[in-house]
Amino acid sequence: MSIKVNHLIKTFGEQNAVDDITFDAREGEVLGFLGPNGAGKSTTMKIATSYLPPTSGSVEVCGYDVVNDPIAVRKNIGYLPEHNPLYLEMYVHEYLRFVGRLHGIKGKKLRGRVEEMIQMCGLEREQNKKIEALSKGYRQRVGLAQSLIHDPTVLILDEPTSGLDPNQLLEIRNLIKQVSQNKTVIFSTHIMQEVQALCDRVIVIDKGKLVADDPLEKLKVERKNHNLVTVAFTEAVDQAKLEAIEGVIEVIDKGNGSYELKAEVDKDIRPSVFKIASDNNYSLIELKQEEATMENVFHELTRKEDKGS
Amino acid sequence: MIEVLKKEVNSFLNSLIAYIVIAVFLTGIGLLMWIFPETSVLEYAYADMGTLFNLGPYVFMFLIPAITMRSLAEEKKGGTIELLLTKPLTDWDIILGKYLSGFTLVLFALIPTTIYYYAIYQLGSPVGNIDTAGVIGSYIGLSLLGAVFTSFGIFASAISRNQIVSFIVAVFLCFFCYTGFDSLASIDVWGNWSRSLEQLGILYHYNAMSKGLLDTRNIIYFLSVIGIMLLSTNLVLGSRKW
Repeated sequence: MSIKVNHLIKTFGEQNAVDDITFDAREGEVLGFLGPNGAGKSTTMKIATSYLPPTSGSVEVCGYDVVNDPIAVRKNIGYLPEHNPLYLEMYVHEYLRFVGRLHGIKGKKLRGRVEEMIQMCGLEREQNKKIEALSKGYRQRVGLAQSLIHDPTVLILDEPTSGLDPNQLLEIRNLIKQVSQNKTVIFSTHIMQEVQALCDRVIVIDKGKLVADDPLEKLKVERKNHNLVTVAFTEAVDQAKLEAIEGVIEVIDKGNGSYELKAEVDKDIRPSVFKIASDNNYSLIELKQEEATMENVFHELTRKEDKGS
Repeated sequence: MIEVLKKEVNSFLNSLIAYIVIAVFLTGIGLLMWIFPETSVLEYAYADMGTLFNLGPYVFMFLIPAITMRSLAEEKKGGTIELLLTKPLTDWDIILGKYLSGFTLVLFALIPTTIYYYAIYQLGSPVGNIDTAGVIGSYIGLSLLGAVFTSFGIFASAISRNQIVSFIVAVFLCFFCYTGFDSLASIDVWGNWSRSLEQLGILYHYNAMSKGLLDTRNIIYFLSVIGIMLLSTNLVLGSRKW
């Protein structure tokens, strides 16, 4: 196990920021950490990096306890904090050398690692610039390069893509994908597509509590309570015929011959829809089953909690 | 620790801070020593460096807080402290790195003033008519005073994320501990305690050293103040864990 979180509780004043969370991350796994703002994602990460101590419970990284052995933990993790703090007045290569030296890398090896990071993160053209002169996307790359310079076994990224434009977002995502091949990666986000694009496993927390810990596919399938099929004809049709299809729960008339059909999860109603169209001479112009998105799953999981509290 | 120290010294040298601090210090002290008639050695007509050692602390009182005010406050404000504290460094590595870098800059400012010693040595009549032992003692005293002021500055920088607040707190601490105890002791209410109160202040120990007398008690006093301030800084930095 690369990371083992055991009944972790963190209290700020009266409030439980993290409330009895237990999970672990296996080697080589990419773990998405999902939750609305203020759910306790960052706090959990700060504890895992030994920046904050837990109120109770324990976190182990690569077998080292974050409270008793913080230095060993820090040697094994690469961490990109939220908002990506950087020394703006430093040059990119200077900064990377500094961080490398903090990790005890020296001389030729240091030069090699810095060179490697600059290439890997696509910073060749920016390496002689001051960090303050870089755009947000490039700063994020510097942040990633910094977290990777000592080749850590565990990478902890706190909202690595927040505030980036769509192109930068894609680039950073690819970069994470690239480095995640031989590392355990935990990253937090509230962007669902990212989870779909990157993760093997998803952990959803809400108000400090763990609400889901599942492989991505399982989460998508199991947490969905109906399929949504969009159908469009050239003109309005007999709604009762659509309702009669086996597995259809509800038909919503969208006007102009457009309908939304809610169907049972394990049934594909599309062949039946097509059959009805051909039997009745309806001209079918659209038939689409919506993919179960993480967004829906996320809404469901976190809304449920809302009602509960 | 060395890495933090190196980085800090570099950032002093790469920004204008170091040059401004050193230039202002040397210009100020130079003016006081050689130009302004009230304090000039030339007018005074005694070959000693009293001006440097009497007025130096007052210049340090403002310059050192200006050097140290950013050290931890800026890291806290920019969030980079989280970066440092999740690297394989202890809190002490960071505090000592910051502290020693500030102290290094103070020494950089002090070293060029040794030229004054040479000048006065040559100007003396007969040549060399200067209390060398006193000067050496005073230099050690002034360095230790700088070291104490730096520890005040680092502590003040740790308690706030606002550099102005850090600066003002540090100036006050320097001022109060330098002359404050002495002045308080002069109020006629303490009776026999007044001497003890005076000994709490820096001035008492600093003056003792200016006479060229290196008494271990004075050195221990300076080192203890530094120790207390750095321990307090460590406490403040560690308070995130409470």
